[in-house]
Amino acid sequence: MTTAMTTANANEAAVAKYKNNFLKEVEATVEEGHWVKMCMQCGVCAGSCPFGPHWEHSPQKIFMMIRAGKREEVLKSDAMWMCTSCYNCMVRCPRQLPITHIMHGLANYSYRLGLSPKGQPNQAIAKLFWDSALKYGRVNELKFSLAMYFRDGFVQGVKNALAMQGVGLGLVKAGRLNPMEIISGHTCKDTSGIHKMIAKAREIEDRRRGLA
Amino acid sequence: MTASIATNQTILVVGGGIAGMTAALEAAECGKQVILVEKSPTLGGRTSMLYRYFPKMCFPTCGLEINLRRLRGNPNVRVMTMTEVAAVSGSRGDYNVTLKVKPRYVNENCTACGDCGKAVSAEVPNVANYGLNKIKAAYLPHAMAYPQRFVIDPSIVGTPEGEAAKAACKFGAVDLGMQEETIEIKAGSVVWATGWRPYDANKIQPYGYDRYANVITSLEFERLCDPQGPTGGKVLRPSDGKEAKNIAFIQCAGSRDENHLRHCSRICCMATLKQTQYVREAAGEDAKSTVYYIDIRVIDRLEDFYQNVQKDPNVSFVKSKVARIALNEANNSPILHGVDTEGYHRYATEHDLVVLAVGMEPEVVGVKLPEDIVLDSSNFIEGSKSGGMFGAGSAASPLDVNRSVQSATAAAMRSVQVIHKTASTEAA
Ligand SMILES: Cc1cc2nc3c(=O)[nH]c(=O)nc-3n(C[C@H](O)[C@H](O)[C@H](O)COP(=O)(O)OP(=O)(O)OC[C@H]3O[C@@H](n4cnc5c(N)ncnc54)[C@H](O)[C@@H]3O)c2cc1C
Ligand code: SF4
Ligand code: SF4
Repeated sequence: MTTAMTTANANEAAVAKYKNNFLKEVEATVEEGHWVKMCMQCGVCAGSCPFGPHWEHSPQKIFMMIRAGKREEVLKSDAMWMCTSCYNCMVRCPRQLPITHIMHGLANYSYRLGLSPKGQPNQAIAKLFWDSALKYGRVNELKFSLAMYFRDGFVQGVKNALAMQGVGLGLVKAGRLNPMEIISGHTCKDTSGIHKMIAKAREIEDRRRGLA
Repeated sequence: MTASIATNQTILVVGGGIAGMTAALEAAECGKQVILVEKSPTLGGRTSMLYRYFPKMCFPTCGLEINLRRLRGNPNVRVMTMTEVAAVSGSRGDYNVTLKVKPRYVNENCTACGDCGKAVSAEVPNVANYGLNKIKAAYLPHAMAYPQRFVIDPSIVGTPEGEAAKAACKFGAVDLGMQEETIEIKAGSVVWATGWRPYDANKIQPYGYDRYANVITSLEFERLCDPQGPTGGKVLRPSDGKEAKNIAFIQCAGSRDENHLRHCSRICCMATLKQTQYVREAAGEDAKSTVYYIDIRVIDRLEDFYQNVQKDPNVSFVKSKVARIALNEANNSPILHGVDTEGYHRYATEHDLVVLAVGMEPEVVGVKLPEDIVLDSSNFIEGSKSGGMFGAGSAASPLDVNRSVQSATAAAMRSVQVIHKTASTEAA
């Protein structure tokens, strides 16, 4: 298996490879990135997003910034991390751009290049979720929730846990959360198989995106 | 019933709007025999339902009048109203066509005196006003209707109302025993001038046409501005009958949208620019129009019209496709939400009335057409495989009146060529 480049190298390599053509870079490296040029700047996605007023860069704006070559601004933006996957924009886009998927693709790419905003809470959650899935082959919901609560230290963690007590108990009652998971936590049958599979998938993907 | 009214030298024109009338007349004036079938009770099509038409802002009666005069003077065209094509078989130069003729319940003795209408009290939705008001169930479709002959709505046939209409007619023109007829004819070539219909605004859910009284379509707006329309030419809000002074126009409502119509309907930008001038005419200096658009698409000499509207201080333009409409519950005014493309400003703007510039969809969507027909990806008629059938006017492409007439003339020309070829092969 080829070892992945360090993130800083990967970023430099991408800059060198695509020169000033950020649109080309996005098309080649970001999931569904080839759709970006289809945007006609109508504004429907920006106006449909329930989070719209709370972030700086709507999908409409991000797509225009990509075309305008605003590489740093796009990749460092927290916009992609704010997307809740409600799919409002995507079902309404008159050009049928897979907007939600592009936003996630951009988030992932910026993370891989080490440019994503540090300490962005949604990014932290995504990473916890992914790490848990990777390790056990499934997400251990109890450990995942606790890791989230205690992200900002022990005291804050206890406060968070207490605040969410009602929800937690509800989940236990509904059979969605098993308190015993904290001790054993069940995994899938062949975790090492899963690890291998994911490593292979990553290798293929990295090669395709020029990150290997 | 088989009628010997046509041979394979005859040109059949389907649809009696401006395009169908033009195609029929152009072919007839070349000496060809033409049958013009129209499914409604009158010729004129959707042009006759406009208040005025761009670019010269003439009244549709004007253009219609010229064509009707040509028609009356030409024995080569046979007009059949309330008639639809049920089936077409055969190929270029030799078509068999089945026509279905609906009963009008009024025969050619009618002088359009209107006595039957006076005798009837039942009312039906007025199609000429897009159902915005009602009309007596014995009616003349509109002032310029051709033929100038009343229609009895089927809903009163077999009721005392129907009998009252019959009794009131001094000319014996009301015939309640009329039945639907099926007629088989021959034709050498067929011109499809079946026109367009407005895209169903209910399907554009975020705009709430089905929920908000003060969100209307551009067609309804044409009728509101017309002195012959349901409000006598006043722009009144459907919710409370108050005069609308601050009007929003939303472009591309259903057009240029893969979820609705994928094509640009081409005429709606010009139609809106025209309608902003109605607003000024109806409500004067204190009336405001705001046009929300993706891009304004007007072409060649129509640019002048656009530039003049841009100079109008009462008209403003917002480059943005409105994302959704909410309602101010207190006064029933629609609030438009979106983000503009020139600066990415988020807006929530209230208007008295919202006009959706709805797209044009081919009227034949959902109609079973002959297999030979070739349609484009939006179901406009491109022609036919064997080259004997042609699309004309807005059935062929979303076109304005001027371009519909051009397209119809071209289709007539091609049909005449088909008939010539048929005639010369038969002579040989
Ligand atoms: C809001 C709005 C405003 C507009 N304003 C303008 C303007 O100002 N100026 C301008 O130039 N254009 C304007 N247009 C465009 C204009 O309406 C069209 O160009 C014009 O109607 C096209 O004429 P047509 O004959 O092709 O179709 P139509 O007018 O649709 O006529 C088609 C005819 O065919 C008949 N028909 C349909 N199917 C059948 C069938 N199966 N069998 C028999 N008969 C059938 C119909 O009953 C109808 O009479 C406007 C359009 C809109 C939406
Ligand atoms: S809705 Fe689609 S076409 Fe419109 S601005 Fe957003 S991505 Fe672009
Ligand atoms: S003519 Fe204008 S309003 Fe109509 S679909 Fe095209 S761009 Fe949109």
